[in-house]
Amino acid sequence: MNRTKKWYDYLWIASLTYLILGFFNILFAWLGLLCFFIPLLIAIIGGNKAYCNRYCGRGQLFTLLGGRFGLSRRRDVPRWMKSRAFRYGFLVFFFVMFFLMLWNTYLVFAGAQDLRQVVTLLWTFKLPWHWAYRGTLFHPGTAQFAFGFYSVMLTSTVLGLITMVLFKPRSWCVYCPMGTMTQLICRTRNGKV
Amino acid sequence: MGAAVGRRRRASVDQGGCVACGCCVKVCPLSAIQVVKGITAQVDKGRCVGCGKCAKECPASVITIEEATA
Repeated sequence: MNRTKKWYDYLWIASLTYLILGFFNILFAWLGLLCFFIPLLIAIIGGNKAYCNRYCGRGQLFTLLGGRFGLSRRRDVPRWMKSRAFRYGFLVFFFVMFFLMLWNTYLVFAGAQDLRQVVTLLWTFKLPWHWAYRGTLFHPGTAQFAFGFYSVMLTSTVLGLITMVLFKPRSWCVYCPMGTMTQLICRTRNGKV
Repeated sequence: MGAAVGRRRRASVDQGGCVACGCCVKVCPLSAIQVVKGITAQVDKGRCVGCGKCAKECPASVITIEEATA
């Protein structure tokens, strides 16, 4: 490294804390919205990927675990994984799953569905998570969103950890939906589509 | 100074495949690579000495070290 560490070099602590908090009280999952809105706002207003480049705590966590702790094989990612077809396809898939989660939240808000105290890992495995929920002052729908959003965050972290081990530490960055989306926004904004 | 004609090594980015994550920027000891407008990484050929740290770090493996006559 050719520079002294800045405050944002320690954001991996925030990412790790976020994941841990989800085990104690699922409502902390709402904080994860910051990881959605900040990169989008930076891309839309600033026209750059400063979030990926500097502030992404998850990326820093993968660098730390895969790099410094040596938990990565440091192999190249497969060619298909870095193709635009896969990156955009994964973005669309992620969006569809995200809106499905929002729909389930809506159903709880509308009273058409009961609160499900589960975290869905890899969009498939429903893990019981009732210990992290002790009621809310608000509508149960807010808790449903928290369970859903934490599922998204945990799933993407697990996927990132798998590709970190198999390939390079920050392989997740290659197909990260937020990274793909912000790059697309920057391309559009700067007329390079 | 003699007219030493050497071969200089430089990093080169496949800009079509770059995901603009900025991993290369963080490891460059000479600040010779930047992510421009959130689209792709670009090498400052005047500064780059071709150490290869960026190529090793790049998660998409789109940076190669090329040799060119100085």
